Amino acid sequence: MDALTIIQVLDSTVRLATPLLLACLAGLFSERAGIFDIGLEGKMLMAAFLSAAVAAVTGNVWLGLLSGIASSLVLAGLHGVASITFRGNQLISGVAINFLAAGMTVLIAQDWFQQGGRTPSLLAEGRFGGIELPFAIGPSDAAAAGRPLSELIGEAGMFQQIYSELLSGHSILVYAAFLCVPLTWWVLFRTRFGLRLRAVGENPAAVDTAGVSVVGLRFAAVAICGLLCGIAGAYLATALQAGFVKDMTAGRGFIALAALIFAKWRPWHAMGACLLFGLLQAVALRFQNIELGSITIPVQVMDALPYILTVVILAGFVGKAIPPRAGGEPYVKER
Amino acid sequence: MSLMKSLMGASAALALTAGAALAEPALIFDLGGKFDKSFNEAAFNGAKRWSEETGNSFREIELQSEAQREQALRRFAEAGSNPIVMAGFAFADALGQVAADYPDTKFTIIDMVVDQPNVRSVVFNEHEGSYLVGMMAAEASKSGTVGFIGGMDIPLIRKFACGYAQGVLAANPDAKVIANMTGTTPAAWNDPVKGSELTKAQISQGADVVYAAAGGTGVGVLQTAADEDILSIGVDSNQNHLHPGKVLTSMMKRVDNAVYEAFTDGPDMETGFSVMGLANGGVGYALDDNNAPLVSADMQAMVDEAAAKIASGELKVHDYMSDDSCPALTF
Repeated sequence: MDALTIIQVLDSTVRLATPLLLACLAGLFSERAGIFDIGLEGKMLMAAFLSAAVAAVTGNVWLGLLSGIASSLVLAGLHGVASITFRGNQLISGVAINFLAAGMTVLIAQDWFQQGGRTPSLLAEGRFGGIELPFAIGPSDAAAAGRPLSELIGEAGMFQQIYSELLSGHSILVYAAFLCVPLTWWVLFRTRFGLRLRAVGENPAAVDTAGVSVVGLRFAAVAICGLLCGIAGAYLATALQAGFVKDMTAGRGFIALAALIFAKWRPWHAMGACLLFGLLQAVALRFQNIELGSITIPVQVMDALPYILTVVILAGFVGKAIPPRAGGEPYVKER
Repeated sequence: MSLMKSLMGASAALALTAGAALAEPALIFDLGGKFDKSFNEAAFNGAKRWSEETGNSFREIELQSEAQREQALRRFAEAGSNPIVMAGFAFADALGQVAADYPDTKFTIIDMVVDQPNVRSVVFNEHEGSYLVGMMAAEASKSGTVGFIGGMDIPLIRKFACGYAQGVLAANPDAKVIANMTGTTPAAWNDPVKGSELTKAQISQGADVVYAAAGGTGVGVLQTAADEDILSIGVDSNQNHLHPGKVLTSMMKRVDNAVYEAFTDGPDMETGFSVMGLANGGVGYALDDNNAPLVSADMQAMVDEAAAKIASGELKVHDYMSDDSCPALTF
C-alpha cells in the first residue's frame, strides 16, 4: 500500500465524514440543551429532497440549499413544539419525524416529478462543485494537459499529493462543516449563550430562577439543530450526488447519533468520532475484505464497527458517557 | 341476527365471485422500487406494454418491507388475480409456502426457481450478457483496468461479475478486473452515495470503465463515472440515455419480456422452468443513438461474433451459480 492510496482513502474519509459531522454537531446543540433528537435522519432526508427538488426546478444550487434548510427547520420546529411546548416524549416525536420524512419525500417527489420518488438528475449549475484551492492540481490542469487527473496527481510530489487530493477539490459545504467545529466549541464554551444553553440541559430550574427563558433557549438549540441538518441533507443530494433518491440518507443520522455518544457530547471529539467512522466506511469501501496475516476480516465487520464501538462506550469500558442531566425531560415550571 | 349473518355471507360470496371473475394479472415489485431505472422498472415496462396492447388493466404493489412478501402474495391470490408475477429472487421462500395453498392460481417468479406445479420459474443467463459487455469494456478501456460494482452480495450478482470478468479476459487477457459489492443487506440496492465512493475508489485504482449491477445504487455509479469522465455500463434496463456519451452500453436483461409473456399467457400459462438467454433474446447489450459514437465497428463485430457463438452453444460462459466458484475472478 503506497502513500497515494492512503491519501485517497483519507480523501474519501473526508467526503463520507462531512454529513456525519454536520448531523453530529446538530445533535450536539440539541442534546446539550436537553432535547434528545433521534429525528436527525428524517430532517436530513427532508432537506436532501427539497434541496434537490428546488435546485432541479430553479437550476440554482444556493436556492436549493436555502429551501433544504427551511424544510429541516420546519421539522425541527415540529419537534420543538411537540417536545418543548407540549412536553411530549422526545424520542417518540423524533421517530415520528423520521417516518414523516421517509414517507413525505417520496410522495411529494412522485407528485412533482413522476419519476418514482426521485428528483431529476441535476445539471452542473444545480450542484455544488469542487473548489480548487490555489496551486492545487485540479480538473482544469488535467484539461489543459489533456491527461487524466489521477495521472497528474500520481506524478506529483508527496506534499502536492496531500494538498491536491486531500485538501483541495471538495465542495464548499465540506470546508463549512469543518469550520463549524471550532465555531461550535466557541459558541458553547466561550459565549454567554453557550453557557446558558449548556445549563439548560443540566439544570433548567436554575436557569429559570436566574430569569432566563428555558423555552426560548431550547427552541434556539432545536433551530440550530435544524439548520445544520439542513446543510447535511443538501450536501448529500446536491454535492455528493446529483439528485434525491428514496431513503438516500441510509442510516447516516443514526451513525451521527452514535458518534455523538462516542464523543461524549463534545465538539472536537465529535469531529474525531465522525472522522473515525468515516475512515471505517472508506476503508471498507476501498479494501472490502482485509487480510491480516492468516485472518481475513470481512467487510461486514467494518460496517458494524461504529455501532459496536458505541455499545462499548455506552457499557462504560472506555470511560463513562454521561448525557446532559436534564436530557429527555420536558421542563415544568414550579408553581 | 341470523338474517344479518346470511346477508353478510351472501355479500361475501358475491364479492369473492366478482373477484374471481375479474382475474386481473398482478405484478409485485421488489424492495428496489418500481422506478429503479433498472430491474423493477423493466418488469413494469413489460406489464405496461401488455396493458397498452390489450387494453386490460393489471394490479401491482411495491413492497416496503420484507414482512409484506407473503402477505402481498396471499392478498392477490385471494382477490382472484391470475397470474401473479414476482420480480425478484427474494420471493422464493414466501412463494414456496403460498403456492400450494392456491392450486388454481398461476405464479411466475423471476430470477429464482420454485419447484411447484403451478409456478413458472424464469431465470436469465445474465452471465452471457455480462460476458458481452465485459468484452466491450476491455476493448474500450485504455488503462487495461475495468471495474465491477455489485449491489447486495448474493450469488446472482456474483454471476453477473463472473460473466463480466470472463468477457474482459477473453478480449484482453492482460486486463485487470476490480470487483466490489456495495453491502450485504437489501439497503445495498439503494445507496447511491456508497456507489459513488466505490466508483471513485475504483477510478483511483486505474479503472476507466465501470459496470454497475446494483439497482438504485447504480444511479450513483453512473453519475460519478460521468462526473469523472470515464465510461460506465448500465444494467437490466437500457440506461444509455441517463448520461449520453458516457454510458458505453447496458446489459439488457429482458425482464419486460418475461412479464409480458406471463401476462399474455394468462391463467392458462405453462408452468415449469424457463431459461432466457442469448439464444432466445433474454439478454443482450444495448445499442442506440446515445452510445453509437462509443462503439466502434470492430467492437460491435467482435461482440456479435461472440454472441452468435454463445447462442449456438459453441462458446460456453461459466455460470457462477452452477458451482459457486469463478475461474476468472476471486471474491
